[in-house]
Amino acid sequence: MKEANIYLCGVGGQGIGMLSEVLIRACMEAGYDVMGCDTHGLAQRGGVVQSHLRIGEHIYTPLVPDGEADIVIALERLEAMRGALEMLREGGSVIYYNTTYQPMRVRSGAMQYPSQSDVEETVKKLNGNLHAVELEGLPDPRMQNVALLGRLAELELIEGLNAAVIRSVLKSVLPEHVLEKNLEVFSRASNS
Amino acid sequence: MERLPDLLIQEAPWAGLVMGNHALVRAMIEAGTMVVSTYPGSPTPEIAEAITSIAPEKRPMYFEYSVNEKVASEVAFGAAINGHPSAVFFKSVGLNVASDSVVQFGLMHIEGGLVVILGDDPGVNSSQNEQDNRHFCRMSYIPMFEPATPNEVYLMYLEAARLAQRRHMAVFLRLTTHVCHAREKVSFGQYIPQEFDWSPHFDSSKEGPYIAITKTVFPMKARALDRLGLVEAEGDESPVNAVLEPNGVSASLGLLRGVISASLPAMSLMENLKDSGAQLRLLKLGLSYPLPRKKILDFLRRHDEVLIVEELDRVMEAEIKMLAYDNEIHCAIFSRSDEFLSGELTSSRTMQILRQTWPEIFTPKLGRRTVEASVVPRTPLMCPGCGHRAAFYAIKKALPEGAITVADIGCHTMGSFEPYKMGEVMLCMGASSGIGSGLALGNRERRVLSFIGDSTLFHAGLPGIVNAVQYDHDFLLVVMDNGITAMTGHQLNAGSPEGGNISIEDTLKALGVKHIRSIDCYKKDELGTAVREALEIKGFKVIIAQHPCMLQFSRKTIRKLGEMPGLMSIDAEKCEKAYECSSVFDCPSFVRGEDGSISVHRELCIGDGSCRPSCPHTALELKKRKESAR
Ligand SMILES: Cc1ncc(C[n+]2csc(CCOP(=O)(O)OP(=O)(O)O)c2C)c(N)n1
Repeated sequence: MKEANIYLCGVGGQGIGMLSEVLIRACMEAGYDVMGCDTHGLAQRGGVVQSHLRIGEHIYTPLVPDGEADIVIALERLEAMRGALEMLREGGSVIYYNTTYQPMRVRSGAMQYPSQSDVEETVKKLNGNLHAVELEGLPDPRMQNVALLGRLAELELIEGLNAAVIRSVLKSVLPEHVLEKNLEVFSRASNS
Repeated sequence: MERLPDLLIQEAPWAGLVMGNHALVRAMIEAGTMVVSTYPGSPTPEIAEAITSIAPEKRPMYFEYSVNEKVASEVAFGAAINGHPSAVFFKSVGLNVASDSVVQFGLMHIEGGLVVILGDDPGVNSSQNEQDNRHFCRMSYIPMFEPATPNEVYLMYLEAARLAQRRHMAVFLRLTTHVCHAREKVSFGQYIPQEFDWSPHFDSSKEGPYIAITKTVFPMKARALDRLGLVEAEGDESPVNAVLEPNGVSASLGLLRGVISASLPAMSLMENLKDSGAQLRLLKLGLSYPLPRKKILDFLRRHDEVLIVEELDRVMEAEIKMLAYDNEIHCAIFSRSDEFLSGELTSSRTMQILRQTWPEIFTPKLGRRTVEASVVPRTPLMCPGCGHRAAFYAIKKALPEGAITVADIGCHTMGSFEPYKMGEVMLCMGASSGIGSGLALGNRERRVLSFIGDSTLFHAGLPGIVNAVQYDHDFLLVVMDNGITAMTGHQLNAGSPEGGNISIEDTLKALGVKHIRSIDCYKKDELGTAVREALEIKGFKVIIAQHPCMLQFSRKTIRKLGEMPGLMSIDAEKCEKAYECSSVFDCPSFVRGEDGSISVHRELCIGDGSCRPSCPHTALELKKRKESAR
């Protein structure tokens, strides 16, 4: 893929900032022109957070247009569903971490939280490819973002965005004291 | 990887992936800006974060979080008339607060030059409106630059600072949300550290007058208009106002078409033109006020049809049409339809405008199929442990039937959402006391309660409070005091213990407020009783509902200990599924199982215990995290 739109989403506090930081730098390392943008709503925590990443030569604006994401990367199941519905292009890929953060309407019993098969069905309707990620025994749930990066590297949906490139960016971005554990998670998730 | 604070002050040129807000800081440093002030507000807080990430002893400028945007502007102005290049920045609506001072800047000789940086918010991503601050430059005779990308933010700040210094004036730099937050690779120049000259250069006898009053205004305004004329002439020649031909324009083309635009919509147009291959010219304005009339006239004369694409109001359009009329230009000038007066002009929406204007050139693309599915909304909410939540929970239970609640700006605005519904009307920062006062007038049936945050109290809340004291207006003001400016990212404020450390209680006492109670938000019964009692008292009264911001507290604790020591747990034997904790107290840490059972989300719960008083069956227990099984 020479041009690509990547849309990342999750819940505030899950570590989308680090995920997007690593990804955009990795794309740059892989030799692409990049443009990106992090957005968050009113809440400091618990609201929807999104990040846009666009690569290619003719990119002038930072936001991925609705329905034109080649890849949707979600840190949470409900946000994977929302991200796919709003942003995924037909035939695109969705990678999400299978964890759940209930919004108010679910907590109060007014609405149902989507099941894994709800997400599958939605993505199928868009002829998309779905990859659910869940790693046993993560040392810290804040490493779910690194697990997603691992799966992305393994799939190499974007040419050149492979485990070696992402690993080297992780090394330069992550603080020393958490680096080793994160690299372990990354290796496990990427099978490399 | 090089750290941002080091890169920002690195002397050698460098290139790196940065957001617009950070590119701006490098530009300030390269330009030798000596004084920078602000009051926090989205989309600009990252500018301050980048500046303060540089250790104070290495920071090549004076920086302060002022008490509000007006004071921030005045501080920067004062420094600038003393000869020190200065800048002030704030969010869109911050200019409403600052404008009483800022509209005077155009009349003044500003020796050191002053750049006023605005973070406008088309699309209302995080503001209470999407006001178009381009109107203000017309009101104040201050030129305006409008960068569209992080690269342009860097270059145009340098331009703006140079212009401001050379012509001794104020210059606006207008950013918008997705210019501030966009990230791309930017190439920076060299930074040559200089010994700042802090000697006071202010000289009212030479460069004055500085007192604009009655007839003295006329010569000052004449000077402002003269200066604008000179800037316009520069704009006519400047490469920041450029004619672009993304696909070339072949000589054999029948009708010649063009678009005039500025800011991010100009980039959307570039993308659309590249995608479609259409041979249109784009006049992209970087110095958009005063409009470069010569350049625009020339552009109009060279084309048969010109479309004007600007975000929000029809500001350029009105002036360009006037210009065309006065000059008997025969080019057809098209505008957007009214639906595009609101919201951002993203590349998809800009494409819609192009299609509406020239359907024969811009043919509709096959859209993606629509998939019907209902997705649960995720509304913004307060963090686990938030003192605001505990206070809303207690206050809601204590309020008499029919009471009217007035919201203000801050994290506690989210109390106005479900399920608390505390706060039914809101205008802007600090307005809740004034509104509460008015709602109480002649009103014998419904009690009135207004909320205000601690940062907001100092920012714009004090006049409303003083007024309430003077007339003894009959309402209860609840100060939601978390000791920090939380919503915009935890900036210290005048009341913060590590900031100004000005006591709110002492301040209110000194102002003559007779009834003041300070209570910790977690003390549900005490707070509830205090509200009930206060509402019995006639006249103005205040409750200070205190609890430190728990997001900040939990972040610090986790950094130190690796995790929060406590964790809430539910005693299944005692729980009778009253759902008070999950639906009424509504802490997001509670999880509802498919069988209707309630459990606690380990990742969300911070073990603060604020939920405990909510359970009617005392089923909530605070345990040690280490001892409670996963
Ligand atoms: C005039 C103006 N300036 C800045 C803002 C941005 N703003 C939104 S919320 C907020 C925080 C207010 O802090 P505080 O009153 O302490 O409430 P908290 O968020 O801490 O609950 C600010 C500054 C605004 N909306 N309007």
